[in-house]
Amino acid sequence: MKPPLRTIGTMPTSPFLPAPVMSPVAEGSATHCPYCALQCGMHVAGGAVTPREDVPANAGGLCQKGWTAAELLTSPERLTTPLLRGRPATWDEALDFTAARIRAVQEEHGRDAVAVFGGGGLTNEAAYQLGKFARVALRTSRIDYNGRFCMSSAAAAAGRAFGMDRGLPFPITDIGRADAVLLAGGNVAETMPPFVRHLTRIRDRGGRLVVVDPRVTPTAALADLHLQVTPGADLALALGLLHLAVAEGHADLGYLAARTTGFEAVRDSVAAWWPERVERVTGVPAARMREAVRILGGAERAMILTGRGAEQHAKGTDTVTAFVNLALTLGLPGREGSGYGCLTGQGNGQGGREHGQKADQLPGCRRIDDPAARAHVASVWGVDPGDLPGPGRSAYELLDALGTPGGPKALLVFGSNPVVSAPRAGHVAGRLGALDLLVVADVVLSETAAMADVVLSVTQWAEEAGTMTNLEGRVLLRRRAADPPPGVRGDLAVLHGIAARLGHGHRFPADPRTVFDELRRASEGGIADYSGITYERIAAETGVFWPCPRSTEDGGPHPGTPRPFLDRFATPDGRARLVPVEHRPAAEEPDEEFPLHLTSGRTLAHYQSGAQTRRVPALNAASPAPYVELHPELAERLGVEDGETVRVRGRRGAVECAARVSRAIRPDTLFMPFHWEGVNRLTNPALDPVSRMPEFKVCAAMVERLDAPAGARGKGDR
Amino acid sequence: MRLVVVGNGMAGARLVSEVRARSADVRITVYGAEAARPYNRVLLSNVVAGTAGREQVRLVGPRWYAEHDVTARLGVAVTAIDRDARAVVAADGTREPYDVLVLATGSEPVVPPIPGVERASPFRTLDDCDRIREAAATARRAVVIGGGLLGVEAARGLAGLGLPVTLLHFAGHLMERQLDAEAGLVLGETLAALGVATRTGVNATRIVDGRVELSEGGPVEADLVVLACGVRPVVGLARDAGLGVERGVLVDDELRTGDRAVFAIGECAQHAGTVYGLVAPAWEQASVVADIVTGADKEARYRGSRLVTRLKASRVELAAMGETHLTEDEAEIVRFSHRRDGTYRKLVIRDGRLVGAILLGETAAVGTLTQLFDRGAPLPADRAGLLFPGLAGPGADGAAADSPVRMPDSARVCRCNDVTKGRIRACWESGARDVAAVAAATRATTGCGGCRDAVDGIIGWLCEQEGVSV
Repeated sequence: MKPPLRTIGTMPTSPFLPAPVMSPVAEGSATHCPYCALQCGMHVAGGAVTPREDVPANAGGLCQKGWTAAELLTSPERLTTPLLRGRPATWDEALDFTAARIRAVQEEHGRDAVAVFGGGGLTNEAAYQLGKFARVALRTSRIDYNGRFCMSSAAAAAGRAFGMDRGLPFPITDIGRADAVLLAGGNVAETMPPFVRHLTRIRDRGGRLVVVDPRVTPTAALADLHLQVTPGADLALALGLLHLAVAEGHADLGYLAARTTGFEAVRDSVAAWWPERVERVTGVPAARMREAVRILGGAERAMILTGRGAEQHAKGTDTVTAFVNLALTLGLPGREGSGYGCLTGQGNGQGGREHGQKADQLPGCRRIDDPAARAHVASVWGVDPGDLPGPGRSAYELLDALGTPGGPKALLVFGSNPVVSAPRAGHVAGRLGALDLLVVADVVLSETAAMADVVLSVTQWAEEAGTMTNLEGRVLLRRRAADPPPGVRGDLAVLHGIAARLGHGHRFPADPRTVFDELRRASEGGIADYSGITYERIAAETGVFWPCPRSTEDGGPHPGTPRPFLDRFATPDGRARLVPVEHRPAAEEPDEEFPLHLTSGRTLAHYQSGAQTRRVPALNAASPAPYVELHPELAERLGVEDGETVRVRGRRGAVECAARVSRAIRPDTLFMPFHWEGVNRLTNPALDPVSRMPEFKVCAAMVERLDAPAGARGKGDR
Repeated sequence: MRLVVVGNGMAGARLVSEVRARSADVRITVYGAEAARPYNRVLLSNVVAGTAGREQVRLVGPRWYAEHDVTARLGVAVTAIDRDARAVVAADGTREPYDVLVLATGSEPVVPPIPGVERASPFRTLDDCDRIREAAATARRAVVIGGGLLGVEAARGLAGLGLPVTLLHFAGHLMERQLDAEAGLVLGETLAALGVATRTGVNATRIVDGRVELSEGGPVEADLVVLACGVRPVVGLARDAGLGVERGVLVDDELRTGDRAVFAIGECAQHAGTVYGLVAPAWEQASVVADIVTGADKEARYRGSRLVTRLKASRVELAAMGETHLTEDEAEIVRFSHRRDGTYRKLVIRDGRLVGAILLGETAAVGTLTQLFDRGAPLPADRAGLLFPGLAGPGADGAAADSPVRMPDSARVCRCNDVTKGRIRACWESGARDVAAVAAATRATTGCGGCRDAVDGIIGWLCEQEGVSV
């Protein structure tokens, strides 16, 4: 039986109307921050934000991004009307044009000639509907999303080890109860500052924090032990730590025998990674590795966490697997207060990867090539399983194929800005320019939207209702707290509008609750099972952890699953799998022409491609322009002064920006934030063979003064 | 293609797995004179010390050969190579034809020709480790003959078992190939504190029951004697087959011998005049041969290795690399010595690049210096900073812990909400007198919470300045 509909949202009068947002505004609504996966709880009222104390993730804290989030609602740069070829248009004009061009492209070039690119910031409802729209209304296999650039390596590794990809398989408050935490490649003090409160709790209790990072980030500065690894060598480091864990007797043999498979092969595979060898590859002193292993091995409750620093590599899946192997060898996952987790990045990076935006997945984390999964989802959608397309191409491969013979001729982008965020972005912009049709749904005129034939002005966070799944796998309610400006429609209404013009309007309701109820059925029985979750339950329980089946075995309501691995893992035999992996160098190591490592990341004031945060004056003032961070030794050698504009060059492009001279970075490494167009013109699209993650975190580059002799110039491919 | 590998130690075993990783088609047969599955010889001193068990040093699991379709003939020595017929002949009389043959026969321990040497145990194989550990269980005093890398590791391992150990070395100081005299001296002192007495400049002349007699001075009591007098390449097979041999089997940049079908790698091979005794070069060579024979990269070439020696002995941190013996006339030398602390650091620099280093005693610099040496990267002008990475100050730009007095108004106190000391002062001037009031006005402390103490300190300091009590 469906739950009663009382407090949240109203039923749509008719799902056939291209109605905009249906939920009424609740003044002072308790909702969540528009940005990262921490999804800090906040109240939004009268254009102001106050933090919520009842949400465990932030417990009353907010960073500058969160405090200033309401400024987005009234930004003068807000899109308030669709644009057709750069000029304001009515919704009918924009949607008619879009639908007509889709029909024409598909008639001429086939169904796969239209592609869809989604985002990890969309609500579960929008992400679900976008996947369904691609498979049912467009019947294209060509859909993927920017989460491929974010979570895919951790997802692949967790899937093969645990049979389930849930970022943190425990409540975030467990972290503060651990005695030791190793954080590999995560800079939470800048990316999700209130998260640090949980780390502080560890240290207040006498526990210890180990951080692996090539930079002395604000997070690394908090650590008791910092392993300043060479970019691209995290995998070797993890193998070395595992070697030491075995050698120093920290392997939990009883746990390994009872709850895992594959330990012997992994133990044998790390025999070749003794610490002194790893030291040479990673630059991390062997003595520090020993200390890290003693900290982890000696702790009663310990956790290993990974972030993008370890994951965004052409060997990201194997790197995460190596850290998971370490956690399993120490006997951590599936024990209360211990475990392995990855720190999801985007606001709905967790939910966004569960419900059908991925090229190879159907809702509920079901595989699109699994006949049973296809049959279930097709029955919910009321279509023939045989009509569902198969797996499509991964994000970069999709973008790389745009406008090529045999590649897509039209692209619909929702909530993503690949001109800034994709690797080898100059090339990607070129591919976008080669399309017959580019449609972008966004809140502001992002760099990608600026290239579009059609721009669709859509609602943003506080103007829409829906659910978000945070980094813990806790499904949260985003409440509508402000009226959208006239001329703005929700993602669901937009999809309805296009679908209706393609003859599928009845399958695409615009009301979030209706879509969520369908999502619940589509996910039922899948790995990410939402069938027992309702808006009312989320509101009453401040979030519900998936998996949450419709009912327990005795027919009662399922409580949700804060810690899914306590009794068994989600693999067929219930055991976690250790998989041997081997280190290999970065896809592009430094050489004579490009003698430095270039790595990329985030600053505190900005979120992702910066499309939102660069338009908030306070954030822009805190961090107004891109820069390249370099060590004083390197700066001295090049004669570069702090603040001077320099040129950073790589094999795929060059960019000019200010030099920021800092001891926080290794002398052999450059760092650039990616919130502006720039560094991704240089990043390497070499892909992980399993996750198809591009190698954002390391490529070869050089830096020079602007007056450097031109003869030395390399060739960019822009 | 049929590949036969003779030798299943660090080099041979590595080659087999590298070839299989590149190609499923090559038919691989590997001969190992030892019956045991290949193991990590680098870790044998840990086995002696008891910090690693036999199983922990295995390079492959028991099912590996079957799972990877490799024929392993363990405990079977190869006695001859029939180059005309392209086949090897094994001790059991069988013949194995090959298209490509790789010699990875390694080396054997040097046994000094002194009376009673049969009472001593060599230290080369896993079985040697078992014998040494067994003897150590009942022994009262041990002697290790040979103060090179292996001898030092063995002595340290035995001392760790609680045995008093005397380390005998013919040269004037320990590890004279890698260390200068002062480093050798400091190493000896470090070992002394761990229960290893060192006697340098002496030769053992006779081993009798219960003691070792020396060329200089009185005998040393010992009921366990371990030999670590160096190794010599095993080249008999190659020499008998008519391949070019000097100290090792002569190979070119492809690691080929004079016979294009026969390669040699590891400690038995001599490349450009050098026979390498460390594992890293052997593995680099294995990778090159695997690239060439599988066709994965026919252009792969071996150009020699930079040598980094890293002692693996508990509580003795020692790294030595490159040309450590150059003098001030030949190179720029940077040196720091603190014998009481067991610390000795030396950099050898030429043309602004690190060409050698000795690092004795724990230091965070070891990782950076090893990489600078490996890459031949240009060095910063601040040489002292290389030896003392902490000297330059903390890496992060964190001002929060600084004293409120010295902190400039522009210093960012709350990173999460971009609040400077100046804003906190302004806030105080308009009446805020505690953290909550400052937080309400500026949002400082509401992000990660890490600046709470700093904000509190600034308010307290401002109040003190004004003589206001709080």
